[in-house]
Amino acid sequence: MDLVQLQRQLVDYRTSLYHEGFLDEQFTQLQELQDENNPDFVVEVVSLYFEDSERLLNELSKALEQQIIDFKRIDAHVHQLKGSSSSIGAQRVQKLCIVFRNYCEAQNVEGCLKCLQQVKHEYSIVKTKLESMFQLERQILNAGGSVPV
Amino acid sequence: MAVNGAVTWLRRAEEIDGYDLSASDSEEVHVLAVDDSLVDRKVIERLLKITSCKVTAVDSGRRALQFLGLDEEKEANGFDGLKVDLIITDYCMPGMTGYELLKKVKESSAFREIPVVIMSSENVIARIDRCLEEGAEDFIVKPVKLSDVKRIIDYMTTDFREGEERRRGINKRKLRD
Repeated sequence: MDLVQLQRQLVDYRTSLYHEGFLDEQFTQLQELQDENNPDFVVEVVSLYFEDSERLLNELSKALEQQIIDFKRIDAHVHQLKGSSSSIGAQRVQKLCIVFRNYCEAQNVEGCLKCLQQVKHEYSIVKTKLESMFQLERQILNAGGSVPV
Repeated sequence: MAVNGAVTWLRRAEEIDGYDLSASDSEEVHVLAVDDSLVDRKVIERLLKITSCKVTAVDSGRRALQFLGLDEEKEANGFDGLKVDLIITDYCMPGMTGYELLKKVKESSAFREIPVVIMSSENVIARIDRCLEEGAEDFIVKPVKLSDVKRIIDYMTTDFREGEERRRGINKRKLRD
């Protein structure tokens, strides 16, 4: 694929992520904070998000396996995940976290378990999509082009 | 321009008296950012750097107080390196909340002058009011955008320069001479 095609593919892919609600305008904000002096800012923030989210999802799984469920603790973790998802514009994950917190407040174990599965699912989708997007960007840069904004 | 001349004159006079108007010679605002989220710290740091601020980012209210405490020691020793001009803190944090940090800062005679801005994902009027009543300068609803930070730094730099001049008690008569 030539450079122009790659760039077009990236723009289309990115646009679809917004249209399908995976990303919201906060992600655009992050892109605007990137420049020639900080060319990896978005990748760095998103990488931190991935690490943090995986840690939180693990904690949530463990917490929901306990004999006695600590809803406060679970809520605290979900709150964190909601916050960081919001900060990078991972809209679908963020919205699910809101639902999750409602189940926590209602102390509804079944609801929480279901939500956890959904959050894990949505998270893995957005992670794959962002990684694909970053890969396209790398291909463009390697082909000597610049990443379209 | 008359204004610039007055400021330069003031600074020279301050130096002669052994005063130091601010931590750095440049107009850089030093911001202490407090947030338990790694992702948010990275973002706020970048936002502040883009607005030409010096940033120290810590992950808890306790660490923020420690940082300010260290600062005080340094000043006592005559080293005026890292004066904090603004504190921007998350509200919801484990241990000490941003609200508790705000109260501690405003209760301290050494640091109550430092403006504190609260950030929160929850847009709750009662919470915002409580923070403003406790002396918070402003309240930002997360996710934080560049425009939020720019707005704060803009009016801080105008406001704080004017405030500093007032606090130093500019003698207008002297300047005119």
